[in-house]
Amino acid sequence: MTSPLEQKKIRITGPSVVTANRTWDGAVIYRTVSHNWSERLSDAAIVRTSEDARALLAESVVDDVGAVGAYVAPVEIKESGNIKPGNLREYIRVHGVTIDLPVPA
Amino acid sequence: MPLVKSGKTTNDDFVHIADEVAIPSEGAVLISAARFVSDAEALSLRAARTGVIWPNNRDLDDLVPYLDRVAVVALVFPSFRDGRAYTQARLLRERHGYRGELRATGQVLRDQFLFMLRAGFDAFEVKKPGDAEAFASTVKRYSVFYQPTGDGRLTALHRRMLLRHSESASQ
Amino acid sequence: MYAYDELDHAVINERVDEFRDQVKRRLSGELTEDEFKMLRLQNGVYLQLHAYMLRVAIPYGTLSSKQLRRLAHVARRYDRGYGHFTTRQNIQFNWIKLAELPDALADLAEVGIHAMQTSGNNTRNVTSDQWAGVAPGEIEDPRIWSELLRQYTTLHPEFSFLPRKFKFAITASAHDRAAIKIHDIGLRLHKNAAGETGFEVLVGGGLGRTPFIAKTIKPFVHGHDLLSYVEAILRVYNQYGRRDNIYKARIKILVHELGIDKFAQEVEDEWQQMREGALTLDDAVIEDIRSRFTYPAYEKLPHMPEELRKAAHDPHFEAWRNNSVALHKVQGYAIVTLSLKPVGGPPGDATADQMDAIADLADKYSFGEIRVGHEQNLALPHVARRDLPALWKALDKIGLATPNVNLVSDIIACPGLDYCSLANARSIPIAQELTRRFANHATADLIGRLHINISGCINACGHHHVGHIGILGVEKNGAEFYQITIGGRADENAELGTLIGPAVPYAEVADVVEDIVEAYLALRVRPDELFVDTVKRLGVEPFRERVYATR
Repeated sequence: MTSPLEQKKIRITGPSVVTANRTWDGAVIYRTVSHNWSERLSDAAIVRTSEDARALLAESVVDDVGAVGAYVAPVEIKESGNIKPGNLREYIRVHGVTIDLPVPA
Repeated sequence: MPLVKSGKTTNDDFVHIADEVAIPSEGAVLISAARFVSDAEALSLRAARTGVIWPNNRDLDDLVPYLDRVAVVALVFPSFRDGRAYTQARLLRERHGYRGELRATGQVLRDQFLFMLRAGFDAFEVKKPGDAEAFASTVKRYSVFYQPTGDGRLTALHRRMLLRHSESASQ
Repeated sequence: MYAYDELDHAVINERVDEFRDQVKRRLSGELTEDEFKMLRLQNGVYLQLHAYMLRVAIPYGTLSSKQLRRLAHVARRYDRGYGHFTTRQNIQFNWIKLAELPDALADLAEVGIHAMQTSGNNTRNVTSDQWAGVAPGEIEDPRIWSELLRQYTTLHPEFSFLPRKFKFAITASAHDRAAIKIHDIGLRLHKNAAGETGFEVLVGGGLGRTPFIAKTIKPFVHGHDLLSYVEAILRVYNQYGRRDNIYKARIKILVHELGIDKFAQEVEDEWQQMREGALTLDDAVIEDIRSRFTYPAYEKLPHMPEELRKAAHDPHFEAWRNNSVALHKVQGYAIVTLSLKPVGGPPGDATADQMDAIADLADKYSFGEIRVGHEQNLALPHVARRDLPALWKALDKIGLATPNVNLVSDIIACPGLDYCSLANARSIPIAQELTRRFANHATADLIGRLHINISGCINACGHHHVGHIGILGVEKNGAEFYQITIGGRADENAELGTLIGPAVPYAEVADVVEDIVEAYLALRVRPDELFVDTVKRLGVEPFRERVYATR
């Protein structure tokens, strides 16, 4: 979970997605195949090579109005085809904080 | 790139002359600090107006002796996040008494206009035309200032003291 | 409490209007994120893991009840019903939408609260002793000077784009509760032989990747010269601080690279050229600011009122009183600390309901004033001792009377990977587990004063370097690991902790801390030898042995 903000050269070691935060409200979003953003990880475009990851990221950051802080994040693809977050940081971004909020969300 | 002076977009009389190019004998020119320093005496005697572009990581000492002879000092914001030119501007105005045009160049954006004005800049090579148009309204954003600079505005501390005195005077 | 006048309100309101325009231009695309980021940071707006985070300033940790209620309102209306108090006396809201931020800030501005410069490469909140104005033995109220500095540093045209962030702290007591030695500029208020007020000025403290304890640059700067001297320091830093590498851009690096003597000379040379100028404070101006601080009309009260005598039979009340109540400079009054570290809870958080309740209690028992400490607890600074039993009952009802202040379960922690995009590992669940392990009050009391600090990454927002026990989250092969240090201190004897050994995995951290505590209990020469003094006496070896014997 070394902050991906420190990513210098994009190099992926498995299936990955591009994720960001929505500009107006900060919600977690994923880049889709149709050059759009979705709040659902299941809608995310999957890349499997470093070159494709770079290309997807480059294409995503063009949308400076809709999204901020885009980066490449690892995912796990289950047998069923379901896409799961690939590390704890992405897990937290999908499911929320791992602790109880002081008041129910 | 629009040049804003006295709150309005205006024509820039000054031509930037690259180091390898000969300096014309007529016309207002802007030249690099390195070039100016290497030939300062001669250049400062040039009949037409001469301005110098001073980098933000260079000491002002070499420039100070010629301040009453340059028409423009252009300071540089390589990124708007690099604030060194604010210090240079204040030193030029407040310590060295520079009265000529003090120009902000580089990444000069709307949201820094007022800081620049307060630091002593009076000319702005503005990156975006929209920002240049908004100059007059932008610099009216604030009516209260906490710090004394060379801009002569009364600080809040002193306005309070004046209010107090006038209150007690009228009692 | 300092009373904002129309001039102070004007600045805050104009700032809100400016930010509203900047947000509008961002959302329309007129401003790119690259251009906007620094602007939003200058208004305390971070982008975090799940959402934006707003860091609101609580200047020198002082709040009125009205202001606290407004913070509760923002938590409810714009966030998820709670806020987090930070290690710099600020408050953070974790879920605010950018589009709603201008409205939230406008609501706060109405009661004189702002978020100016709580982030970004500028001068941040001037923090101070949370017992300022009421601590026995204090030389004079440091908040007057904090307010002068706050005004001086707000929207400073020359210093709004520094190489990196810049933090100030002021103390006016022998025991430094403001941790001045880990600040970029630390100020120790004292009087010279002639009885004049001035400051020992320290520079170059700071934690993070390269922690440093601040060094004294000038033993005495007269109060009149405070602002001009600070300006000289800032000017040298603005010009010569590194801008090529963000990890080497703090003033601590410049001080280290030049050496304190050379740095001091640079500052002195600059200062000599401007010291008699417009920044010189005269007595009239200082008195004017002082006059805007109102102090309670304290009654003449006995030290041992009847209500207190009667309540002494209740062991729970006594446990709390012995732990959370401190002496006040005025007889018959007390300073009450409200622990925001309940067993199993995230450290430093308060719900909107709790905030409202605290505001009511402040009105009833503390002349409407609340304080925020860098240990992430709150305080009521003006409580009459006769009101302690009633106050305790009320606090206990809302979960704010855990008698663990300064004890092992009074943990200071950053938000960590649960919230923060800079983090390597989580910190809150570690803190929660530790409060459960040490939930027994008698045990915690037996252990005595012990500060645990947890940071989720090297940026050290949890101040782990100066924790008696410091815990730093790192990443190893995609898993959360933690480096443990011991022997750090943040007070007038500030020092950095020492690593005890290789990082340990998440699941073992609480066990390791228990081992360290057990080692301490076995090794201390007397029950009142503090943990941190035992470490000083014996070094880390005995603790290292104990922890790593079976690991």
